[in-house]
Amino acid sequence: MTATIFWQLLLGFGAISLVSVGGGIAVLPEMHRMVVDVHGWMSDADFARRFALAQAAPGPNVLVVGLFGWHVGGILGMLTASAAMTVPTSLIAFGFSRLRARLLGRPWLRIIERGLVPIAVGLIAASGLILAQGSAESWVTVVLTICSAIFVWRTDFSPLWVLGAGAIIGGLTL
Amino acid sequence: MDDSPAPSPSRADLFFTYGKIGLIGFGGINAWARRVLVEEKRWLTEQEYAETLGLGQVLPGPNALNAAIMIGDRFHGAVGALLASCSMFGGPLIILMGLAVLYDSYGEVPLVKAVLAGVAAAAAGMVLGTAVKMGQKLKPTLALLAVGLCALAAAGFFRVPLPMVVLGLAPFGILASWYGARGK
Repeated sequence: MTATIFWQLLLGFGAISLVSVGGGIAVLPEMHRMVVDVHGWMSDADFARRFALAQAAPGPNVLVVGLFGWHVGGILGMLTASAAMTVPTSLIAFGFSRLRARLLGRPWLRIIERGLVPIAVGLIAASGLILAQGSAESWVTVVLTICSAIFVWRTDFSPLWVLGAGAIIGGLTL
Repeated sequence: MDDSPAPSPSRADLFFTYGKIGLIGFGGINAWARRVLVEEKRWLTEQEYAETLGLGQVLPGPNALNAAIMIGDRFHGAVGALLASCSMFGGPLIILMGLAVLYDSYGEVPLVKAVLAGVAAAAAGMVLGTAVKMGQKLKPTLALLAVGLCALAAAGFFRVPLPMVVLGLAPFGILASWYGARGK
């Protein structure tokens, strides 16, 4: 990895991370502009494939930046991109966490915190919906999604059971 | 099962639990973090987890990471924040390295694609089921429920950019929360 690419990864993803209110995926269009349009590191299709891969893998979806970094700078590029995307905002979150601890119990803080709860839950539902649309390839996957949602909603068994079932059913209905 | 006193995790608990959350986090971390932290470990109540995640969403950065830092800090200060965030990212990063190497050779194998499609469909249902479960257990007031449904519609159906959804709806959420708290 050249020094130029190192700095491009560091400053590019660092800057993007600072505006990623709502989550890492919120800035996917910005990432696309940086990686595909500005630097020409990969094609549109490559970008989409890497995003799909990061979605299929477990872990935070924002790790897709690691794959972009890997593509241009190998393992060092992966680490640089991941760190640039996560360290600055982590410091902000930590600072905020400290502030919150000092203000604990203030009525206005309680009101703000409670007011943000429906947005958090609504966005989880929205991400589920978007994932469901993306994975709806056939009636089998649609039924799988519906059964899985009911299973997780109505029972306290580990959702790993439905993931395992999903893998097997996916493999069998090849 | 809800309001039982929350046990306080050790540093090792925090590290391994967040490591596990990262590794099983198919379809995104948040639904899994809730499952493990609220239902399995009971370190947080439904309300506490949802509040932490809500704050993580208005701050810049990956919201699951912001939540992990706040939860780590709550139990073990700076060390806790570091342990939770590093273990949540470490495992998946290693897996992703393996996938980055393998994907170009095996990503197009039909069986791999079919299995991944099945897992993705199940994970999508898991995330949806979690949202319904949270909504049910949190028992929101009508005004708060309306804000939540607006967030779902804006981000899920109309694909409004997330920063606009979060910053646009936050004042209404806070207003609804204030309105609900007035009577008490």
